[in-house]
Amino acid sequence: MQIGEIRMDKFQTFTGIVAPLDRANIDTDAIIPKQFLKSIHRTGFGPYLFDEWRYLDHGEPGQDCSDRPLNQDFVLNQERYRNASILLTRENFGCGSSREHAPWALLDFGIKTIIAESFADIFYNNCFKNGILPIALPSEKVESLIEKTKLNIGFSLKVELDKQILIDSNETVIPFDIESFRKDALLNGLDEIGLTLSRVEEIKSFEIDHLKKYPWIFKS
Amino acid sequence: MIGKTLFDKLWDSHLVRENEDGTSLLYIDRHLIHEVTSPQAFEGMRLANRSLWRTEANVAVPDHNIPTKDREKGIEDPISKLQVDTLDANCDSFKIKEFKMSNPNQGIVHVIGPEQGLTLPGMTIVCGDSHTSTHGALGALAFGIGTSEVEHVLSTQCLIQQKTKNMLIKVNGELKQGITAKDLILYIIGKIGTAGGTGYAIEFGGDAIKSLSMEGRMTVCNMTIEAGARAGLIAVDQKTLDYVKDKPFSPKGALWTEACEYWETLQSDENAVFDKIIEFNADKINPMVTWGTSPELVTDVENEIPFSSNDKFQLALNYMGLEMGMPIKNILLDKIFIGSCTNSRIEDLREAAKIVDGKKVSDSIKLAMVVPGSGPVKLQAEQEGLDKIFINAGFEWRDPGCSMCLAMNADRLEAGERCASTSNRNFEGRQGQGGRTHLVSPAMAAAAAIKGYFVNVTNADWGN
Repeated sequence: MQIGEIRMDKFQTFTGIVAPLDRANIDTDAIIPKQFLKSIHRTGFGPYLFDEWRYLDHGEPGQDCSDRPLNQDFVLNQERYRNASILLTRENFGCGSSREHAPWALLDFGIKTIIAESFADIFYNNCFKNGILPIALPSEKVESLIEKTKLNIGFSLKVELDKQILIDSNETVIPFDIESFRKDALLNGLDEIGLTLSRVEEIKSFEIDHLKKYPWIFKS
Repeated sequence: MIGKTLFDKLWDSHLVRENEDGTSLLYIDRHLIHEVTSPQAFEGMRLANRSLWRTEANVAVPDHNIPTKDREKGIEDPISKLQVDTLDANCDSFKIKEFKMSNPNQGIVHVIGPEQGLTLPGMTIVCGDSHTSTHGALGALAFGIGTSEVEHVLSTQCLIQQKTKNMLIKVNGELKQGITAKDLILYIIGKIGTAGGTGYAIEFGGDAIKSLSMEGRMTVCNMTIEAGARAGLIAVDQKTLDYVKDKPFSPKGALWTEACEYWETLQSDENAVFDKIIEFNADKINPMVTWGTSPELVTDVENEIPFSSNDKFQLALNYMGLEMGMPIKNILLDKIFIGSCTNSRIEDLREAAKIVDGKKVSDSIKLAMVVPGSGPVKLQAEQEGLDKIFINAGFEWRDPGCSMCLAMNADRLEAGERCASTSNRNFEGRQGQGGRTHLVSPAMAAAAAIKGYFVNVTNADWGN
């Protein structure tokens, strides 16, 4: 692979069904339980997303999920939300463990955007490495969107990252904030490692200096 | 001139460059690796045909998946075994130092880092594990990262980061007799909430923090992530230097003296400016017990489960099989877990052993287990006779690993079982699907094992 070569898919404008997960503090253990972390691969986590909430039995890695008993009360099992690509939830989404398996599972399921009142730091950061757009909105906005998803079957939003807006079918526009470097990374599908490696000389020269100042660091 | 916080100092000394877009390229001194979050990173590096930037910056250990008993039989679960074998193979192929399962120094990654002197003050330390915040107790800038960033560090020794804000949590006064670092951090999380530290690096200061042992400081920094902050920090003092001295990988001789001169500067300046300061009084803190499914749902052992119309309270209580208004002391337990990167160091085991010495685990307890944090912790505990105290009381004395903190190995709760645990997370299913976790200090877990329910271990007559 060449320096700066694109590894992640570029984030493109899309319209998707919104599924409300009306709950605060959803942790990464809930998003993808620990037994599935034993995999040495990046893919294949989708069927186990929210495993303990989604199914009535206990799931194990590699298990065929097609005939497992579903928890019909769980939002993603409801017919109207089954093809959702936007998840809508409350504060502190993704708290807990640093497992990148959480965004991998969401992506594998088909979630491309998560709207929440707030996100946990590590999870938020991990989303961008995988082409998922996490959007933080004020609680009253989230509240109103949750209402809309419940009232309107098939409630969808168009996500326009370049303009930083969400648009519903009534042309209601909801603007959102995002740091420019994060936006660029998603829009361009940037390979961050490649970017850093374009600074090889700078890193090497820093490292030589660092070694002189703090020689004990390198002594293990 | 405006003073610098400890976080500012650590950040500035590792700043390779500041980018135009507000991000920075930060140099990473130490990268700790375990089996769960690294295989995809090594694979990514191979696929991109990139090489390892600096071999000796990396140290690996398997801890999440490995069995805590009958270890000589190997790992029974083939999927767990493959993950540990993959770590071994990656480390062999990239010549990375690894404490393999059979190594006497193997242990939980956040226990062995400081114990081996691989964690040093002033370092930037990362690991694909959120509890990397632990290492901040030694005056290092340490935080958890995802697998993509693990690959980034392997390939470049750097990370693209955005600087977080500075928070100071000052705990004034003295902790009451018998109150531990675990009670202190649970109390703080109860006050500021699990998202209270989001977007910040939290420095802990004040007399109560200074009085803590290094083990206690590690407990506090370990659970900083449970308050939402990726990094926790405590200034370097004589205790830090005494702890680091003569560790297998800490500097020796002239290098030691030189290092100490630098490390002694690792405090926030008097006139440093924090974005947020929160103060607490240590003497307000009592033994703490979590009753819900988030570490912020916590109260004093003498209290009842609070009444609230908040949905999240009811949701948590439904899962926990508890009710508002119920006294904490009426909660009956099934299992006891003493271990994890939060509370499995020698001081934690001494604290628990003191409580159980000469007593017996209650008949109502199905399993009480002690899982030391590392081989050296286990050995030292055995030399002090702590293993005998635990075994005679009816505890199982296991081999080191993450164990029932997250139940990736065979150690787990069955559905409906209730556990007093010295670990860090009480999330739904964390210790096993349907399992119910109450986070407590080692002393509180030990006393709960003897009684079968929670007691206030600071009362002299708790055993009656």
